[in-house]
Formats: sequence, structure tokens, C-alpha cells
Amino acid sequence: MPREVIDLPYQVEYLSVLDEEGNLLDEDLEPEIPDERLLRMHRMMLLARRFDERMLQLQRQGRIGTFAPIKGQEAAQIGIVAALRESDWMVPSFREQAASLWRGQSMESFLLAYAGFYQGNELPEDVRNLPVSVPVGTQPLHAVGLSYAMKYRGDDDVVVTFFGDGATSEGDFHEAMNFAGVWQTPTIFVCQNNQWAISVPRYRQTNSKTLAQKALAYGVPGRQVDGNDVLAVYVAAEEAGERARSGEGPTLVECVTYRLSLHTTADDPTRYREEEEVEKWQKREPIGRFQNYLKGRDLLSDHDIEEVEREIKAQIQDAVDRAEQRMKDLRGQELTMFDHMYAEMPPYLQEQRDELAAELEAKEESDA
Amino acid sequence: MPKMTMVDALNTALHQEMEKDDRVIVLGEDVGVDGGVFRVTEGLLEEFGEKRVIDTPLAEAGIVGTSIGMALYGLRPVCEIQFSGFSYLAFQQLEAHAARMRWRTRGAYTVPLVLRTPYSGGVRALEHHSESREAYWAHTPGLKMVIPSGPRNARALLVSAIRDPDPVVFYEPKAVYRAFREEVPEEEETWPLGKAQVVREGDDITMISYGAMMRPTLQAAERLREEDGVEAEVVDVLTIAPLDHETLADSVRKTGRVVIVHEAPRSLGPGAEIVARLVEKSFWYLEAPIRRVTGYDVVIPLFAYEKAYLPSADRVLRAARETLETPA
Repeated sequence: MPREVIDLPYQVEYLSVLDEEGNLLDEDLEPEIPDERLLRMHRMMLLARRFDERMLQLQRQGRIGTFAPIKGQEAAQIGIVAALRESDWMVPSFREQAASLWRGQSMESFLLAYAGFYQGNELPEDVRNLPVSVPVGTQPLHAVGLSYAMKYRGDDDVVVTFFGDGATSEGDFHEAMNFAGVWQTPTIFVCQNNQWAISVPRYRQTNSKTLAQKALAYGVPGRQVDGNDVLAVYVAAEEAGERARSGEGPTLVECVTYRLSLHTTADDPTRYREEEEVEKWQKREPIGRFQNYLKGRDLLSDHDIEEVEREIKAQIQDAVDRAEQRMKDLRGQELTMFDHMYAEMPPYLQEQRDELAAELEAKEESDA
Repeated sequence: MPKMTMVDALNTALHQEMEKDDRVIVLGEDVGVDGGVFRVTEGLLEEFGEKRVIDTPLAEAGIVGTSIGMALYGLRPVCEIQFSGFSYLAFQQLEAHAARMRWRTRGAYTVPLVLRTPYSGGVRALEHHSESREAYWAHTPGLKMVIPSGPRNARALLVSAIRDPDPVVFYEPKAVYRAFREEVPEEEETWPLGKAQVVREGDDITMISYGAMMRPTLQAAERLREEDGVEAEVVDVLTIAPLDHETLADSVRKTGRVVIVHEAPRSLGPGAEIVARLVEKSFWYLEAPIRRVTGYDVVIPLFAYEKAYLPSADRVLRAARETLETPA
């Protein structure tokens, strides 16, 4: 036969569990999640949303610097990490505050980091999160290396890495998928396709119909989920986690979601997108849908929501107070910039440190 | 003591470190079945298996990026980039992550990886196979940059690099790979990173070099003695970053005259930093302007004209004589 169709092993599946109102689309797809965890998922999504709003306010007041808001992407993050273990690793990009909070990072750490204090990146020892990675698409390779090392050591944890739709145009993303496919590493690639890479829409990134299908070229299964449906995201993550843990290798999960807010606080989206589009996605926003689902199951009432909101507000205020106190304590510690460049400070760096120390001292004297 | 080429010596270092420490993993293009295109990793696959000696896909950023992940998990990856001319695809991974992870996380996470890669001209190679761009890495805070010059120090430095807690870019002068043999002790030997070595003592002039340029430099030093009765002190830099200013300055305080030799382009090359430091710290000991004998600020020519580009013993000798002729 001179021409024949090559039989490729994968199709791309789209998965959703809840409709726009939060009703179950198919009861068979409803994941079995203990009530307590469902409520924690709800609380963390709400906390992440309110924390995001508060950070935006702090940024506008000049109390912190540039950051990337997550509004609208809470389900795409909480759904993933809620399905994983604490001992698993997470390799984020720079828009995963919700996932990081779930995994034990504190709000203070983000406030500090975004106020320009690298001390915010001092992660607690038992938290297996890598710090924020700013260069787009570079971090999935670290996830593949980590998961290779896990497999080499015979540990049955997995690594989840997050990135956006824009990152799928970067070479490092493709190299990561390819290495993971060849090595069959326990890696979960999570693309938060929020439709916009700053001002560039999803269709200008790639002519592919889905981002999930990019996995197929590397012999890796890829699937698309409704990224604003926390249950669908959970199911996808649970299945990818099971595959990885049982030695079946990596999976790419494309969470179709939407960035309801800004790329970063330095961005003005009215320059490039229509308000109607935002309104359309606002109707599909993940927290309301999930609340309706929980109400339908009698796990949550309006009264409960009010209570959670109150608790969260106090929790955030506490974090802001603590962070601002810490910032005060950390002022004047410029010399720490020389710490941790190397395990041991080379003599020429010590000299430069002394130079800055003298400079700072002279300034203090002239200010006094 | 067995006599070894640099290739044998590097291979010995890898063998012994892999035997001693199961955290050490070798990965790169053709490092397994083929034993590396220069055979530096020969026999490792047979001895340590494919989980520890990995023939990777052909992707430099992938090799370095995954090595970073392995190092973060506590392994000691030694990755090979087949020629340094192809390492720039991994620049972002090294500059943005390997070099910064310790600093970024205030010491919580570290990246103890070694990137081995052949550099240097003089082997009649294709384009992109002959340049010397150590300044890129040496200019990057957080990286260490090491260049051995012979079999014995190559072995000792590679062992130290593998055990080092920080990321190390390890340039191997391919012109030296099989150029000569040297006695290399079978028992373990290390050489501290960040330490230069005085390989020839003398009081009249200091000649500073490293890597493949050590040979023409030493030849010039010999001729100075034979033909001019001048005793040159020769310092092998060995670690380009962090640079051992002390050893260089000590020698210059003794001789007052300096020639620096490297095949990297002159402008903003390692020699420029060495000159700056000597002027800052040892200016009053200098008796003549410092001379640099280096590659020119051009693309290294294809091999028909390569010889004219690379510093030769004649060029070094001429520069040394001019330096010596300057009245104090």
C-alpha cells in the first residue's frame, strides 16, 4: 500500500463535570472527594480570590510591587493540587498563588516577595514547592529532572508543573515534554490556558486546535478539561497522578480557563480585549459554580459562605499585618544580597560586601 | 603512576566518582553507547547502567534544565554538551536558574551540577567547534568556571567540580585531549576550585594563562630562559571564576611584569578582568604595561587561517620580550 494512515494511539478528550450553573453534567463523572476536602477546596479558592483582590489593592497603594493576579484561575490550581499528596513536588510559574497556598506556602511569603524582599522565597523545609519561576516556560524541565531523580530513587511521588498557554510556544516546554516522554517520568504538566499571554490571544500562539494535543507528538497523553470546573480538574489530576505513580509516565492536562484580571499589575487589558469577552467568562467563573454544587449537596449554605468570608478576611488582615511588620524588620539588611551566591563566599565578594557596608554606613552618618 | 591523556584522566575521574557516589549521574548526547564523541565517558554505560548514564535527546536546554531538576532532588548530575558552541541553547537555564537557585531561595535549594563541554581551537574542526567563550559563564554571578590544562589537573579539578556544592561549567581544551600524556596517580586527587597554580617559578616576568594556551605559554617561558637568560614565572589560572586574585597578585609583586595569554577574544575577556585587578591592587609593583596575547575580536576563522588567530609561542615570546625591554 503506497499510502496508508498511521494509527496513532491517542485522542484528545475534553472533560467537564459541572455545567455553568454548577449542576452535575454526568453523575458517573462526579469524583469521590471526602466532604471535608471539598469544603477545604472551597475555602482555599475563596481565600486565593480574596487574597488576590487584597494584593491588587496593596499594589495600587504602593505597598507591594508588581505581581500576576490569578482571578478566575482558582479551580485550575486547587483542583490539581487537591488531588495530589503533600509529599509530591510542585514546580510553578508565576501565577499559582492558589496552588501554593494549598501546599502550605504562607500569604506573608508572597507579600514579602512581591514587596521586593527575597526572604519571601525562604520556603519551609517540609513544603516541596519550587519558588516562582519568571522566565516563561523554563521550569517544566526542572520538573522532569526532579521526577527522573524520584524514579531513580524509587520514590513513588510525582511532580506537577504549571505553565500558561504562552509557554507552549517556548522551546524549553517542548524539550521538557519530549524528555518526559522518552524517560517516562512521573510528571504532570498542567497548562493553565487562560487565553491571553499579556496582549496576545491564544489563537496567535499556535495554529493547533488544542494545546493538549501538543503532548501527542511526544508520545504523551494530553487532555483538555474545563479549567473553571474544579471537579473536572480534580478528576484529570487524580487520573494523571495515578498514571504517574503506577509507572505509566507523564500526562499533559490543559485547563481551559480565563484570566479575568490583569497579566500583571503593570498591564491594561482594555488595550487589547473586549469587555464582552470578559463578561462571557465571568459567567463561567469557578467559585460560584462550585458553591452551587456544594449547596446542591447540602454541604454549604449562604450563611456558611458568609462565615468563611469573615474568617478569610481576618486571616488575610493578619497576614498583611505580619508581613508589614516583617518588612520593617528586614529594612536595612541590604548586605544579605551577598549571601547565598555560593556555598562559601569568595574573597572578592567579601571585599565587595565590605565596600557596600562602608557605603551604607557613610550614608547613615550623613542622613543622621 | 600510569601515564594518561586528558581523555583518560577525565574518564578516570568520572569512573571513580560514580563508583563512590550513587548520586552522580552522567547525561548528554552520545555519552552512553558511543562513550562521548571524544570518548570521555567510555565504559561508563557498561559499568553503571542506563539509569546513571543517559543518552539524552538532542536538546541542550533540555539536558541542562533536567540536570537542574535532578540536582534539586539531591543528585549530582554531570552533563555533557558535545561542543561548547552549542551550549548557548542552555544559557537561559544556567543563567536564570542554575546560577540563582541558591540565592533565590536563600540557601533552601541548591544546584550542584557540572556542565562538561569541550572548547578551544586547533583541531581543524567545523565552524562552532573551536571558540572559547568562557567569559560568558565567568561573567554570570553564581556559576563557577573551570578550565584544566593537562591530564593531571583535569582529573583533580573534575573530581572537585563534581563534589562542589555549586554549579560548575567545566571547559575541556579539546586541543589537549590527546596531545600528550602525563602521570596521573591512581589514588584520589583533588584541586580546590578557585585556586590558581604556579607551575614554573621565576623572578623576571609573570606569564598568566590557562587551558590549551598553557602549552605555548610554557614553551615561550622555556625559550626565554634558553635564549635570553630570563626566568619567567608561569601561573595556570585553572578556575576562571571565582578568580584567584591572590596567587596572581603575589607573583606580580615579585616580578613587576605581566603577560596574559588566552585564546578567547580580547575585549572583555578574562584577561581584561585580570589586568583590572592587578592595576587596582598591585599598581605600584608594576614596572611595565601589562600585555595581553589573545584571540582577536573576530569570529575564530575556519581552520585554514586558524593558526594565525591562536596565540602561538612566538607571539607570547614577542610580547614577553617587549614587556621585559620596557625600562622600569
